[in-house]
Amino acid sequence: MHYIPNTEADRQEMLARVGVSAIETLFQDIPAEFRYPEYQLPPALSEMEILREMEALAERDDAVDRRPCFLGAGAYRHFVPSVVQALLQRGEFTTAYTPYQPEVSQGTLQSHFEYQSMLAALTGMDAAIVSHYDGATAVAEAVIMALKVAEDKRMRIVISPTLPSQYREVTRTYLEGLPVTVVGEATAPGQLNVLAELIDAETACVVTANPDFFGRLYSPADMQALADRIHAAGGLLVVSVDPISLGLFQPPGAYGADIVTGEGQSLGNALNFGGPYLGLFATRMRYVRKTAGRIVGETTDSEGRRGFTLTLSAREQHIRREKASSNICSNEALNALAAAIYLAVMGKQGLRQVAALCWHNAHYAAARLGAIDGYTVETDGTFFKEFVLRCPLPVAEINRRLLAKHGIIGGYDLGQVSPARAQDMLVCVTEMNPREEIDRLADALATIAAEGDGHA
Amino acid sequence: MLEPLLHEISHPGRCAFSLPACDVPETPLPEEYLRDDLPLPELAEIDVVRHYTHLAQMNFAIDVGFYPLGSCTMKYNPKVNDVAARMPGFAHLHPLQPETCVQGAMTLMEALQALLGEIGGFPAVSLQPAAGAQGELTGLLMMRKYLHDRGERQRTVVLVPDSAHGTNPATTAMSGLRMLQVASDARGNVDLDALRDTVGAHSDELLGMMLTNPNTLGLFDEHLQEIIALIHDAGGLMYGDGANLNALLGVVKPGALGFDVMHFNLHKTFSTPHGGGGPGAGTVGACARLADYLPGPLVMEEAGVMRFRMPSHSIGRVKSFFGNFGVLVRAYVYIRMLGAEGLRAISANAVLNANYLQACLRDHYPIPHGDRLCMHEFVAQGIFAGAPQVHTLDIAKRLIDFGFHPPTIYFPLIVPEALMIEPTETESKETLDAFVAALERIAEEARTTPEVVTTAPHSTPLRRLDEVKAARTPVLKE
Repeated sequence: MHYIPNTEADRQEMLARVGVSAIETLFQDIPAEFRYPEYQLPPALSEMEILREMEALAERDDAVDRRPCFLGAGAYRHFVPSVVQALLQRGEFTTAYTPYQPEVSQGTLQSHFEYQSMLAALTGMDAAIVSHYDGATAVAEAVIMALKVAEDKRMRIVISPTLPSQYREVTRTYLEGLPVTVVGEATAPGQLNVLAELIDAETACVVTANPDFFGRLYSPADMQALADRIHAAGGLLVVSVDPISLGLFQPPGAYGADIVTGEGQSLGNALNFGGPYLGLFATRMRYVRKTAGRIVGETTDSEGRRGFTLTLSAREQHIRREKASSNICSNEALNALAAAIYLAVMGKQGLRQVAALCWHNAHYAAARLGAIDGYTVETDGTFFKEFVLRCPLPVAEINRRLLAKHGIIGGYDLGQVSPARAQDMLVCVTEMNPREEIDRLADALATIAAEGDGHA
Repeated sequence: MLEPLLHEISHPGRCAFSLPACDVPETPLPEEYLRDDLPLPELAEIDVVRHYTHLAQMNFAIDVGFYPLGSCTMKYNPKVNDVAARMPGFAHLHPLQPETCVQGAMTLMEALQALLGEIGGFPAVSLQPAAGAQGELTGLLMMRKYLHDRGERQRTVVLVPDSAHGTNPATTAMSGLRMLQVASDARGNVDLDALRDTVGAHSDELLGMMLTNPNTLGLFDEHLQEIIALIHDAGGLMYGDGANLNALLGVVKPGALGFDVMHFNLHKTFSTPHGGGGPGAGTVGACARLADYLPGPLVMEEAGVMRFRMPSHSIGRVKSFFGNFGVLVRAYVYIRMLGAEGLRAISANAVLNANYLQACLRDHYPIPHGDRLCMHEFVAQGIFAGAPQVHTLDIAKRLIDFGFHPPTIYFPLIVPEALMIEPTETESKETLDAFVAALERIAEEARTTPEVVTTAPHSTPLRRLDEVKAARTPVLKE
């Protein structure tokens, strides 16, 4: 095994030093009848053989970089500058552990401190956590934190029906063992005032997304009104964001959010078939000691020089055990680094331009697609890069034809979250979809509508 | 050499990006929605490259040197795994593409479920959990739901040994369950009498036990079968914390020993890089009676086609989509290159390396359970008879000057001044000998020139960091 440097001679020498004659002796505490069972495993492969096999497997997949793709719904195709991947592959970053020893981990620590700084700036909050597992668990952890912040043991939360369904499912799983009442999911989508009506004196928090799962963007004034309602009731406002949208639009910190979460995959991370992704989490300074997850702080060394270290660990499982704010340990640190490098590359002007390209391309697409006979844009009000297109046929059928005959990956079939919406397509358009792709999609959708039902 | 912060090298007007011009008619932006300022840095591409290259150079990592961090299994991370994970057919797949378009990825997932099931001795495996701690939460929620479905709602007590990782008690609290701690005995095992008493006093309320085996002392519990029988006889379930599975690869199947649920840390045992704190993967295996409670979706083969299916009594999702797929690809490649023989070679060399280090250090450092053979790791103590002012922290920092990453320190909590050392199988005898020589030298320094040890490290760009100050007056952003 070429990963193991010990030679047979080394092993014999080492066994002699240990004072046993055979390696098997080292395993003597394992009950004999269970030792060395048979393993039904395929034979070992050489590097060349496994790479061939992996290439063959990967070839069976239809990678989204081969063709126009209008799929979003929580995982997004944004441009990743070459610099991000080149720097991220450095072994000093990838093969380091959690930076428990700050003197030999300043690279990870400073890059995470800078990430925290940029995420705080982006969201308009005071402080950010290095990471949660993804946008869904970030919401779940935010809810658990809100329950703890409310000192009067509140056990009720209001969740918007427009939070992605997987985020709501994960939050439910996380709350499984706790006596918490969840309301709001059955309300009509997009009605912040209806959500506000559900807030009472027992409510620990209200959770909503901006833009929401269906692409709709809520105005700062409407969001501020929701914030005022929950604050008057003594609870917190949790907002799940698309970080790219914050290149243009007001951050949740400007309209009263107490916790901002989000899926950070868009920031320099590949689609990776759903993971690893990046759970964004930022909050106000007054709540920071109630947060879960790693935080890096600035300090000085024994000679007074600036340096960075993990801090506020009195919240964490390795110190507080059953009294910790969460059990989280390993997180998505490398994905946070990718996001940091991405934000450093894009900077003040670049992120704004990416967001603007998304806006213009998506609105051009909505105008083009909504003008085709049989199709209407259902999204009511302002949207960012996603909108709902009502189709003349089931989306599953349209997508099948789009791929088979036109080589296009269509939008998300909302029938998968609600059977009543089988003709609603959630179309996602980013800076990766230039005019030519949008026009191709429009032509293809027109053709499909003209073919109608019968043509399979 | 210290590196300035991004905002300190930012210069108005610089840019490191290159984007296409807008080629569609522009749509006016809604004024009342727009932000005033976007306080991000402005840098040239070369600024970004040099900044992060300098930062990388300030990191210790496996690629740099020996990293004997106990319980973290910091073994070499093969580069071929990264190459496979970056193949476009894996890296550029959208998780919501139709199943027919992602059969390669799903085939890999199905195969990995089966491989891990075989290695762990479990009939079913869910790849969804993102980390070990999330695997623990998954396991406890499964155990809770299974017992609830049998009408045993009063079972809320989870036993956790005092040697356990902090995640075990934290997970218990997060699951809305009550943790009772069980003491260890003089040989480092779970104290069987104490366990019997606790189980006896709480048998009606017992949900189960979380056990790391080998435990954090690096010892395989000598009474494992009695422990499992005690828990099962009381109607409880056995959770296996797989953090230390590297010691058992190819030697024993935890499922066969009677563990009902167990998480695998793919970023430890199966050598996916830890990335400075993640991503990992906390894949969970379950015995037959708990299989239907796994989080989903799982990948199932139906008539030659791979399908995503939710187990019938699933606790639900613990994460968006299907788990940390990029990590799964790496673990799959690793296992396929090893085969059964390779797996056995890993545990053999990991355990031999640990025992060799223990034997070499026995004369220089107290090793509370040094009379036993250890598994993949062991715990020494940073205590010197003639040098009371030198502590484990000092030894750890001094090791840095000799080019080594310190071991895990002050854990497990039951050993004062603990130095928890896990060499892994990917280190050579020469590396281990050099590490022993450094620790011998530090022991000597502790007696002759203790101030050299207590003021270490001396070779790093920064000296010891003031962690108290950082926590007392938090500065969390630029």
